[in-house]
Formats: sequence, structure tokens, C-alpha cells
Amino acid sequence: MTNDEIRGFIDNAIQENQVMLFMKGTPHEPACGFSARTAGALNALGVQYAALDILPDPRIREELSGLSGWPTIPQLFVKGELVGGSDIVMEMFESGELAGLLGVEQPEEPAEAPQPEPARQRIGLENNLTD
Amino acid sequence: MPTSSELKDRIQAALPGADVAVEDLTGGGDHFRAEVVSDRFDGLTRIQQHKLVYDVFGAEIGGPIHALSIKTSTPGGAQ
Repeated sequence: MTNDEIRGFIDNAIQENQVMLFMKGTPHEPACGFSARTAGALNALGVQYAALDILPDPRIREELSGLSGWPTIPQLFVKGELVGGSDIVMEMFESGELAGLLGVEQPEEPAEAPQPEPARQRIGLENNLTD
Repeated sequence: MPTSSELKDRIQAALPGADVAVEDLTGGGDHFRAEVVSDRFDGLTRIQQHKLVYDVFGAEIGGPIHALSIKTSTPGGAQ
């Protein structure tokens, strides 16, 4: 894959998935605490989301940050717009803003540190990269 | 290796008048948390506020500064 193809794939993923999370590792096996917390917040809200592991190829992160202007991972996009990284997502989760943005009910007792669970939908850029 | 006081000075230089606290989360000089209170954040979204702080360090984020956790607010207390 060329860098342009990677960027195109990322751009498509952002446009086509209402809730799109770029993270280190997967929701099932996050490879970083910040990514784990962000995926955990989405899991706690019970929303369907797509997740993409940026680790298999360093160019994924380069192209993603080039596209979004945001330097760190994770990055959460909702309806094609960057919402933020783990600090912003966790602030919005705790305040109930994230539930509002996603159109779901805030859990009655939001967990302090929600445990990540498998996402219901995944896309596999990593598979394309090994071709 | 960056230190928390170096990060604090650089944020204050970029955002004059800001109230800045920087903590080295691991003691290893690569995971930091910055709390920044500045009237420059007035009227900006959280994304824009955090970007102002990230922009101080450019490509060092993800490099020498492995992780920079940010909390921003305005002197009035609003986000």
C-alpha cells in the first residue's frame, strides 16, 4: 500500500463509520492505557463503533495525524469529526456529554475505569498492509 | 530528556499569562500531564484548546515526549 492509499483508507473509515476509533491494539486487547480507557468508555455506553489498530504499520499513524492534525493516539471520530483523544473523551464520558453526542443514555453508575470489551465491528487495515 | 519544569516554561512562553502545572507521571521524563488555565482558550472548542498546547511541542509529541495528557480550562472555569 502506498501512503496515499493508507490515507484514503483512513479517510473512508472516518466517513463511513459513525463512530470510529483509532487506537493502539484492539478493543479486546488494547496495547496502551489511553487506548484502553477510550475504548472502555465506548463499551460502557454500549455504542457500536469501528476500531482500527494503528500499530501494524507506522505509516497509519503518520497519515492519520496528517489528516486530523492531532498528534497522539487514540483518536475518536464521530460523524466524520474529530472528538478528541483520551483526555477529552474521558472528560466527556464523565460529564455525560459523550452519551449526548452519541445519542445514548448515560449509564446510571458510570464505571471509574470501564473495562474494555470486544467491539462489535472491526475493519482490517492490517490485513491489507501485508498483501 | 524533557523535564516537567521545561515543559511548563515552554507552555507559559507560548501562552503568556497562562497558569500551568506539569507533572511527570512516571518520573521517566516521557509521560506528562499538563493542566493549563488560560484566557486564550476562551471561545475555543476542547479540540482547539488541546491543539494549542500540543502545538508548543510539535513533533516531540510521540517522540521524546511519549505522552502528554492535557486538561485545559479558562480562568472563568468554563471549558
